[in-house]
Amino acid sequence: MASTETRPESRPATKPDLAGLEAGLDALETPTTAKTPVGQLLRDKALPPVAAIALVLALWQLAYHFQLKPHYQLPSPGDVFGSLHTMWLQGTLLGYVWTSVSRGALGFLTSVVIGTPLGLLVARVAPVRAAIGPILSGLQSMPSVAWVPAAIIWFGLNDSTIYAVVLLGAVPSIANGLVSGIDQVPPLFLRAGRTIGATGPRGVRHVLLPAALPGYLAGLKQGWAFSWRSLMAAEIIATSPDLGAGLGQLLENARTNADMPGVLAAILLILIVGIGIELLLFRPVERRVLRGRGLLAGTR
Amino acid sequence: MATEVTEQPVQQDSGVRYAARLDQVSKSFGRPGTQQHVLDGITLDVAPGEFVCLLGASGCGKSTLLNLVAGLDRPSSGSIQTPGGRPALMFQEHALFPWLTAGRNIELALRLRGVPRAERRERAEGLLELVRLKGAHGKRVHELSGGMRQRVAMARALAQDSQLLLMDEPFAALDAITRDVLHEELTRIWAETGVSVLFVTHNVREAVRLGQRVILLSSRPGRIAREWTVDIPQPRRIEDAAVADLSVEITEQLRGEIRRHGQH
Repeated sequence: MASTETRPESRPATKPDLAGLEAGLDALETPTTAKTPVGQLLRDKALPPVAAIALVLALWQLAYHFQLKPHYQLPSPGDVFGSLHTMWLQGTLLGYVWTSVSRGALGFLTSVVIGTPLGLLVARVAPVRAAIGPILSGLQSMPSVAWVPAAIIWFGLNDSTIYAVVLLGAVPSIANGLVSGIDQVPPLFLRAGRTIGATGPRGVRHVLLPAALPGYLAGLKQGWAFSWRSLMAAEIIATSPDLGAGLGQLLENARTNADMPGVLAAILLILIVGIGIELLLFRPVERRVLRGRGLLAGTR
Repeated sequence: MATEVTEQPVQQDSGVRYAARLDQVSKSFGRPGTQQHVLDGITLDVAPGEFVCLLGASGCGKSTLLNLVAGLDRPSSGSIQTPGGRPALMFQEHALFPWLTAGRNIELALRLRGVPRAERRERAEGLLELVRLKGAHGKRVHELSGGMRQRVAMARALAQDSQLLLMDEPFAALDAITRDVLHEELTRIWAETGVSVLFVTHNVREAVRLGQRVILLSSRPGRIAREWTVDIPQPRRIEDAAVADLSVEITEQLRGEIRRHGQH
């Protein structure tokens, strides 16, 4: 008691002291992040996949060299790249890719438009969840190629069939992604939101949806993978002159012509497009979101 | 215990004599028969500008009481009045939104309270300055230290411009030095803003260091066991002899309360 009473004038004097102490604490305790140099980044991130690809090509070349399979069944990497090169020179390569990518993109975007409100509904309305939650999860684990025969009978050999199959593949995973994203929102955020007045629709907009974004993005990424897969299944089965030729049709045509380099070239293109979109589109967005929230510390 | 019992209506332009009034507030959870009585007959006034600390062992329903006052839950019986509008609430965890910057967290609170866009930025900067975090507007939550996060949370709570600030063990997760600094900051901000504070803690010294009144709750069910008026002048320090003396006395009582539970 005495110590406080004898210096009542000390309060203003302690202020700069406190500010200084606080500044010191802030400086000491603030997490620091160091930037990795570009050279090291390249060595750590780019080298391993390049080496892996080189290894696969080398093994393939060896298998070809020792004729593990007859040449007409297993062409060399050079034959396959030659086939790609020919298509490029003919000017048909980009046409196939574009047909498939535009179908995939349109199907995916439609799935987002349908899957997002559906997911929100399932996550927030208990009876809806009880009614269709399990069905949605079940649909997600069902291979969408199983829908192709039915879709052909319903819609005929046209784009409707292809989009129906893509939607059946992608909508459930996008909706489920949003549901699990919302389920994982810490209750503390919702309480904090309510105390500052984020209730009802404002709570959904300002707290629930932003908090669920990482889960939603994961769902979108998976939704794209499912769109692409379903699209290829549909394109391979539903071939018709009426339909624009995509990568699936390219693959199927090459198979009917016993053109093995063409088959492998088509498979390679399907793989490259799938990986490329994930790498160029989804990965950067996801990393940005996670890094902004401090959920990506240390990696990269 | 309740002081200043007035019969005047709640909505009064200048004559409201309390920031919060709890009248015979009880809360139980569960179904009748297996009911758990958490709070029992809590009657308490917090005067405008007053700093009241609620002290109790675990299970005394301190956090439940704050939730009731914050309007996050309803009492089973009794009434709670907070004439100054919805109280602001600070948690033990900072509860800042990680998808927003420090400044944007504060601006969201301003926005939800209807502050026009043009004013938000400036007011957020002002609040950050108040908690001595000038220049932290663009910082992400994860880029801040624990103490800084709690200060941003304090700024967000103050952004609600409520006359009553509820604090639920807000410094319990901080290290001793940071907690000490935040005690000084809170005392300063309380004096500068004139806000009423209802501060929940299980730390006796913290309660004596901060509060004008310390209220001891018993456990299961939570009842007001005793109340002390702390007349040690501010600025106090947690290591002051007077703080220590009163803490010893209160701790004795708290231990007594806890001991009762071992006997039946």
